[in-house]
Amino acid sequence: MAGARTVRPPVISARNLVKTYGDVNAVDGISFEVPAGESFGLLGPNGAGKSTTMRMIGGVTQRTSGELSIMGLDPEKQGPEVRAHLGVVPQQDNLDEELRVRDNLIVYGRYFGLSHSYLAQRADELLDFAQLAEKAKARVDSLSGGMKRRLTIARSLINDPRILLLDEPTTGLDPQARHVLWDRLFRLKEQGVTLVLTTHYMDEAEQLCDRLIVVDKGKIMAEGSPSALIREHSSREVLEVRFGTDRNAAVAPQLDGVGERIEVLPDRVLVYTDNGEASLEQIRARQLHPITSLVRRASLEDVFLRLTGRSLID
Amino acid sequence: MKALTEENPDGDYILSADRRPLSALYARNARSVIERGFRVIKSQNWVILISGFFEPVFYLLSLGIGLGGLVGAVAGPGGAPISYAAYIAPALLAVSAMNGAIYDSTWNIFFKMHFGKLYQSMLYTSLGPFDIAVGEIFMALFRGFLYALGFTGVMGLMGLITTPWALLLVPTSVMVAFGFASFGMAITSYMKTFQQMDIITFVMLPMFLFSATFYPLSVYPEPVQWVIQALPLWHGVELMREISIGVFSAATWIHLAYYVVMILIGLAFTTRRLRALFLR
Repeated sequence: MAGARTVRPPVISARNLVKTYGDVNAVDGISFEVPAGESFGLLGPNGAGKSTTMRMIGGVTQRTSGELSIMGLDPEKQGPEVRAHLGVVPQQDNLDEELRVRDNLIVYGRYFGLSHSYLAQRADELLDFAQLAEKAKARVDSLSGGMKRRLTIARSLINDPRILLLDEPTTGLDPQARHVLWDRLFRLKEQGVTLVLTTHYMDEAEQLCDRLIVVDKGKIMAEGSPSALIREHSSREVLEVRFGTDRNAAVAPQLDGVGERIEVLPDRVLVYTDNGEASLEQIRARQLHPITSLVRRASLEDVFLRLTGRSLID
Repeated sequence: MKALTEENPDGDYILSADRRPLSALYARNARSVIERGFRVIKSQNWVILISGFFEPVFYLLSLGIGLGGLVGAVAGPGGAPISYAAYIAPALLAVSAMNGAIYDSTWNIFFKMHFGKLYQSMLYTSLGPFDIAVGEIFMALFRGFLYALGFTGVMGLMGLITTPWALLLVPTSVMVAFGFASFGMAITSYMKTFQQMDIITFVMLPMFLFSATFYPLSVYPEPVQWVIQALPLWHGVELMREISIGVFSAATWIHLAYYVVMILIGLAFTTRRLRALFLR
C-alpha cells in the first residue's frame, strides 16, 4: 500500500439496474462502474433511459431492481448522505426564482448544512468561476439561458461535490454558450471532479468524456473511450454524398464495393471508408454525380448509427 | 475544488452510512428551508404578506360593530352575556389563523411544486422530504402567527380583551394554523391544475361561515351539529372563544386533542406525499 498510483475504487458501481414504469422498461439491465476522477458519459437519444439512470444515482428515483453503490452507499437508503457529496445539474434549470443570483448559491449551500461564513466565500468563488460576478444581485429571471445554466452548474458545486451529475448540460444553448460551458466543465475535470454526463450530442461526448456507454432503449449497446468506440465500430473517415431525396436509395446499389460499408439515410448516403477522397473518385469514375459531397472524420454519431440503425437526434 | 492526487486519498471516496432511523426522510436541517422563507419575505412586497390580515379585521368591524348594534349581547361560553363583537372576535381570529396557514400551504406550495420546481431542487441536496415539510409548514405558521398577533392587537384596541387568558390566543392561533398547514400541504400535493385549486376555496368558505363563527351551534338541527363538530374550524372557534374570556370546560381538552391529532396525521400525510411525488 501507499504506492504512488493505486487503482482507485469505483465511486459509482451499478449492476443490472432496472427501472420499470408501468410495463415499459425505461432502464433495462444497465451495469457500469466509474472510477474516481473519470469523466463518464451516457450517450443516447431522447428516451434511452439516461435521465432515469441519473435520477437513480441521485437517489430520487427508486429502482425496480439491481444494485447501485455510490461511494459505498445505496442512494435509496442513504439519500441525504449520498447527495451531500453529489452535485446535480438537472436537464431543466430549477433555480430559485424568488431569490437573487448570489442568494441562490448561499441558500442552496444551507440545504447541505454548510456554514454562512464558508458559503459567503464559496459563493463569490463560484460566481467568478461561472463568470457571473457582476450579476450577483440580479434577479434569476433576468439571466440569459447560458447564464442560468452556468449558475445551475455553480450551484451544483457549492458543496464541493466528489461526483458531478450533468443531465444534458448544453441542450438548448447557442454554440457560443456551449463552448463557454465546455470550457468550465473541462476545468472541473482537470481539477479531478468525477463527471457523469448524459448527452445526445456526439461532439459534447467526444470533448468531455474519457469513457462512455452508448445507451438505447434502456440497454447498453457499447462501452469504451470515444476514440476506441469509433475505431471499433466505424471506419476512419466518412464520405457523405447526396443525390437528391428520391434518388439516394436508387443509386445506393450502384455504390457497391466503394468503401467498407454503405449506409443509406433519407437525405444522404454515408460511405464508410479509410480514404474519403479516394472513394469519392471511385464514385465519380462510375459516372454517378452527387449533388454535394463531404469527407469528414468518423464520429460517435456513426457509431450510434451502426449499433442501432438510427440517428441520435430524431 | 480538489486536486485528487495529493490531498485526497482514495479512502475519501468511501462514505460511512448514517444509521439513524428515517435518515432517508429527515436530515435535521429544516432550518435551512425556514431561512430561505425569510430571505424570500425580505425581498418580497410587504403588502402581499399583510393583505390576508385585513380580511377578518373587516369582518370584525362590519359584523361586530355594525350587526352587533342590532344583536346586542349574546350568551358567551359558560352562559354569561357578552357583546356580539366579543363573541365573534375569537372566532374570526381562528379563521385568520386558518386563512394564513391555508394560503401559505396551498397556493404558495402549489406554485412551488408545479412552476418553481423548488422541491425537486431541494431534494437533490442532503435535505429529506420531512425537512421540507417541516420548514414550509413553519413558514405557514409564521404567517399565521403574524396575523394572530395583529388581530389580537385589534381586539385589544376595541376593548374586547377582558382577561389575561386572552394572551393565550396567540399561541393557540399558531396551533390552529399548524393543523391546517400540515394538512393543506398534503392536500395541495394532489392538485394538478388551477381549477382543482378552486376546490379548496369551495371547502374553506362554507367552513368559515357555518362553523358557529357568527352564531351558536344550537341553531342547527342535531344532524347538522354533528357535521359541524367534526370539522376542524369549529374546534378552533370554540377553543378561542373559551380562551378569550377565560372560561373552560371538559370540551376544552377535546378541542386541544383534536388539533394534536390533526397535526400529527397531517405531518405524516405530507411527508408521505412529498416522498411519493419526488422520490419515486
